[in-house]
Amino acid sequence: MYVELKNINKAFGDVHASRNVGFGIARGVLAALLGPSGSGKTTILRMIAGLERPDSGDIFIDGARVNDVAPGRRGIGFVFQNYALFRYMTVFDNIAFGLTVQKEPAAAVRRKVLELLSLVGMEGMEKRYPAQLSGGQKQRVAFARALAPNPKLLLLDEPFAAIDAKVRKELRAWLRDMIHRLGVTGIFVTHDQDDAVETADEIIVTNNGRIEQKGSPQMLYKAPATPFVTSFIGSSAPLENYRRLKGFENGSGAATGAVRPEFIKIYKEVDGITYENSVEEAVVEDTAFRGTYWEVSLKIKNMTLPARYSLEKAPIAAGDKVKALVYRLYAFDGDNVTLLENRNLDTHNGANRYSI
Amino acid sequence: MRKEVWIPRLLIAVSVLFIGVMLVLPLVVVLAEAFSSGLDAFLRAVTDPYTLKALRLTLTATVAAVLINTLFGLTAAWAVTRFSFRGKGILSTLIDIPFAVSPVIAGLVFILIFGRISPLHPFLDAHDIKVVFAEPGIILATVFVTFPFVARELIPTLEARGTDEEQAAALMGAGFVTIFRRVTFPHIRWALLYSVILCAARAMGEFGAVSVVSGHLRGKTNTLSLHVEILYSEYQFTAAFAVSAILAAGAVLMLTARNIVEYLAHKEDDFNVR
Ligand SMILES: Nc1ncnc2c1ncn2[C@@H]1O[C@H](COP(=O)(O)OP(=O)(O)O)[C@@H](O)[C@H]1O
Ligand SMILES: [Mg+2]
Repeated sequence: MYVELKNINKAFGDVHASRNVGFGIARGVLAALLGPSGSGKTTILRMIAGLERPDSGDIFIDGARVNDVAPGRRGIGFVFQNYALFRYMTVFDNIAFGLTVQKEPAAAVRRKVLELLSLVGMEGMEKRYPAQLSGGQKQRVAFARALAPNPKLLLLDEPFAAIDAKVRKELRAWLRDMIHRLGVTGIFVTHDQDDAVETADEIIVTNNGRIEQKGSPQMLYKAPATPFVTSFIGSSAPLENYRRLKGFENGSGAATGAVRPEFIKIYKEVDGITYENSVEEAVVEDTAFRGTYWEVSLKIKNMTLPARYSLEKAPIAAGDKVKALVYRLYAFDGDNVTLLENRNLDTHNGANRYSI
Repeated sequence: MRKEVWIPRLLIAVSVLFIGVMLVLPLVVVLAEAFSSGLDAFLRAVTDPYTLKALRLTLTATVAAVLINTLFGLTAAWAVTRFSFRGKGILSTLIDIPFAVSPVIAGLVFILIFGRISPLHPFLDAHDIKVVFAEPGIILATVFVTFPFVARELIPTLEARGTDEEQAAALMGAGFVTIFRRVTFPHIRWALLYSVILCAARAMGEFGAVSVVSGHLRGKTNTLSLHVEILYSEYQFTAAFAVSAILAAGAVLMLTARNIVEYLAHKEDDFNVR
């Protein structure tokens, strides 16, 4: 592991910003710290950088414990949430700062700065001041500035937060590409799951100062470890008692869980249905056009469940009576989550037909 | 006419009248009196050796106050805004003491500390160090009275500008001196200059604290303000007003400088602050 945190705790007064935080990130990986606002993401990033001291626990970078190493000696590039560009310096001087601090000769500094400017696509802008740049341009300068001293680890706090939707998509791809091309290890903080899912190789989900789960975007989606991750990644609706659904009756008492819209299939015409014993009677409560599919709200046994419906099929509208097949769902047991398949489908050995 | 029209006019009229009577009129009177016996009399009073000595002492005390308070004001403002430590709130309040207590009390405090009744006195006497009734006392009193200007002006500025840029610089390996010189200083230079001007203006005109520690030794411990008082009490009105005119000119100079600094700072902020 290139970066490793072990049992990190940090409190600001009564606020426990980090509780027993531990994770590792391998060299060359771009990881995202994903979680709601106030869940402790920035605190973790700042502790790795040395801008904040953990109350207890150890931080390792490249195998060495860095708790007592000054921020400037950890070999880290940091891109602040608001970029924190030096307001009274030109773009050139901003990027050159880290190099001049290291007393590099002027010619080498100049070469490196111009090289970085072209890397971030900002040639010819070196004489501008930060106030004369757009949000996206500032971000690129902040990125170039952080990269100038050749850090091995790049930390970015909410790098996309202040960027509008269109540029944001480009910037995600650009960041991902750049980190992998340069071969550095990267950690970025975001509260937006799309940022994390589309950009990161690995996601670390934070909640209330704790790490909920670490894994690839696909794994977090497919096998969420906690109820929190289930609701935070992808879309889902909570189930107060899934045992009332056909195919999930095993066991006794109420059991909570969650279901994703992708887990429910809607049939309008009866002849498409093979598994009579598993199908629920449902009423369409609401439909919303989502560009490439219908988002449908279904009423099944007094529960409201989300589903998707293909544009290719015969149209449905609010008030229609339809059939619905819930072929899998997440069952919650305290802090644990298990994926349950519809039992009736198993007996037909037809589960694969419905996989997403 | 409607009420909304009257209120602004009334407020403006009252302000203009008040400022005219209380502030402009005295200035005009000072100048008129200074030249009332002709230019020769004015020049004689201004170039009088005692006046020149007083001017020199005033300038010395002012320069000392500006230098010392800039240094300690910067330090205090930095400490209060950049570190969290026990007693920070108290320190931040203590900075204001010179504004809160009467200058006369400040003067008396120095007499108590360094004067004949002080336990330090035998030591000072043995080493022939004179503080009260001597120049060091004047300088100390001036420094004390003008201490808050720099710190008070810099604390909100440093707070508003935040620590992000400094942290960014530290992460790139910059040391304290580099960070201060290249990152922090550009943010506070106008506020610093502004506060230095206010500090200097106040130091030049200081009377109360200086009066207590001076002992009024003409040609030795007299500042311009004290010299004016002495001349006045000796019925040398023209001379008193002539020396006052020097102080008034200094004040006008400082105000002009302040306005220029304010203008330049605003111009730069419009450009650099989003
Ligand atoms: N310097 C600080 N002083 C006091 N509380 C802080 C400080 N920094 C963070 N916190 C608190 O710690 C918690 C986590 O904050 P943060 O790490 O910024 O969360 P996130 O980046 O996920 O939004 C929040 O409740 C926040 O208010
Ligand atoms: Mg944050």
